[in-house]
Amino acid sequence: MTVFNRRIWRLSKAETRNQITGLLFVSPWIIGFLLWTAYPLASSFFYSFTHYDFITQMRWIGFRNYVEIFTDDPRFWTVVYNTVYYVGISVPLGVATAFLMANLLNTRLVGRSFFRAIFFIPSIVPAVCSAMVWLFIYNNQYGVINNFLRAMGRPIIPFLSSVTWSKPSLIVISLWGQGAAVVIFLASLQDVPRSLYEAATVDGANAWHRFWHITVPMSSPIILYNLVMGLISGFQTFLMPYLLTNGGPMASTEFYAMHLWRNAFELFRMGKACALAWIMLITVVLLTLLIFKTSASWVFYGGER
Amino acid sequence: MTNLARGLVRPRRTHKWTWMRIFLEFLKYFIVITLAISYAFPLYWMISSALKDDPQIYRVPPVLIPHPMHWNNFIDAWRADEFTLYTFNSVFRYALPNTAFTVISSAIVAYGFARVRWHGRDQLFFLCVSTMMIPYTVTMVPLFIIFKKLGWVGTYNPMVVPALFGNAFFIFLLRQFFMTLPEELSDAARVDGASELGILFRIILPLSKPALAVVALFQFMGTWNDYIGPLIYINKYELYPLALGIQKLRTALSQVGNAPMAYPYLMAVSTIASAPIIILFFFAQRTFIEGISLTGLKG
Repeated sequence: MTVFNRRIWRLSKAETRNQITGLLFVSPWIIGFLLWTAYPLASSFFYSFTHYDFITQMRWIGFRNYVEIFTDDPRFWTVVYNTVYYVGISVPLGVATAFLMANLLNTRLVGRSFFRAIFFIPSIVPAVCSAMVWLFIYNNQYGVINNFLRAMGRPIIPFLSSVTWSKPSLIVISLWGQGAAVVIFLASLQDVPRSLYEAATVDGANAWHRFWHITVPMSSPIILYNLVMGLISGFQTFLMPYLLTNGGPMASTEFYAMHLWRNAFELFRMGKACALAWIMLITVVLLTLLIFKTSASWVFYGGER
Repeated sequence: MTNLARGLVRPRRTHKWTWMRIFLEFLKYFIVITLAISYAFPLYWMISSALKDDPQIYRVPPVLIPHPMHWNNFIDAWRADEFTLYTFNSVFRYALPNTAFTVISSAIVAYGFARVRWHGRDQLFFLCVSTMMIPYTVTMVPLFIIFKKLGWVGTYNPMVVPALFGNAFFIFLLRQFFMTLPEELSDAARVDGASELGILFRIILPLSKPALAVVALFQFMGTWNDYIGPLIYINKYELYPLALGIQKLRTALSQVGNAPMAYPYLMAVSTIASAPIIILFFFAQRTFIEGISLTGLKG
């Protein structure tokens, strides 16, 4: 504190003016941060120890929400399982396929920007619209895939109405919406210096060696970024299952964020919803830290960084 | 080795068309085209089904190219509910004000982070960037409680007013862009007695049109596509945005078992709602791609 004060004390007139100007310019964000991020986070932590339903008086109940979630909420472990299943498959699979697709696009290819547009557009279409199309495609009676199967005399696939198929069907939709990651990967691949590949070719490296020893290490920071971002958004998966299956069948697509949603906006258990949110926040932060910690061994920050 | 010499020594890529090469090339195009067809198919199915009538929807095997094409579906589907009103709400109550506020506020904040020197700036910027990692589900409930106390539930305020305070990601993006502009420009203006706000609006912003376009495009797209915000806060049909209107139509059509023309109408409305985004993409493809590529930079 004293160090800080002394520094402020020593500011020249011009520096003081800059200090004030800078803070004034940034003040919208500072106020917004306090109003829409810091205060909500703090109050959510407080609410997580209360019973709060807008009707009765809010009352302090200590750890009862947390105890209930872990011991007396049969849905909780189901949604944890569903979410881990979904995130555990869709995120690594999504990052891997996006990376491979970007690599395909990065080769000598006629119509590269055309293909890039094809892969990217599904990710910008309004989510409700994609939900309507997939609902139609996956339909047991009129869906295009099942219509073909029926025409061939094969049994239909109950994409959204069977416990075994519902989660894989949603994962397919998430892979379809991977376009942004493809574009990010492609941009990073184009930044890899050509000279590295040329040098390796001179040294007799084949395509596989070049991919494994140059492309992958040079892209590892972006792989890490996509992995972390995929994880954070994967844990919040809400809209597609909400619109397509509403959590069914047999709660097989009831994910963590939907459970939180129902507690907050259907049961009006704001306190418990906040407790659920804090459990998720802590899990996501711990997982992210874990990934960053282990990343030291596989992420390569080369070149100018 | 001089550059010239290096150019001479560099191995020329010779493409001998061996059978192996031809096979690999064939394989590559096969994979890319298969992927492209499967990625494009759902949207093709949306547009083509919008042009069918019920018999074509139910036929086995499925009709890949609608014949005859019922272009009237677009008008009939649009009239099946108050879609003109919903579109008005989407654009004028939500997307446009939110986008305008976001662009202006983010630019002002980014200027403070990029081009004014002050103590604590980099620490605050780091804090700003880290807020992007906070899952929205965590602040969703406490924010709802705040807006409920303010009496804003049932209005677009919860989705528009926070835009006045800047958006962390766009602040980051614009700051990176502002930093690339030469400092001499600002210095020259300062000598002429321009204020910092004047420098931002008269010199920096006109030079930053590409970056501002990215912000405006992404924010417009985000608000046009947003479903969860209106789902939480909008509870009256006359205030519904297009996204909620589509779901409302779906509920209405599925309540009577399977209403006639349920799928063509849903696909027609979905096509209309996606069209502005897809058209924007084709007109501003470079802006989109560059913007998305920039998001990877912060990794």
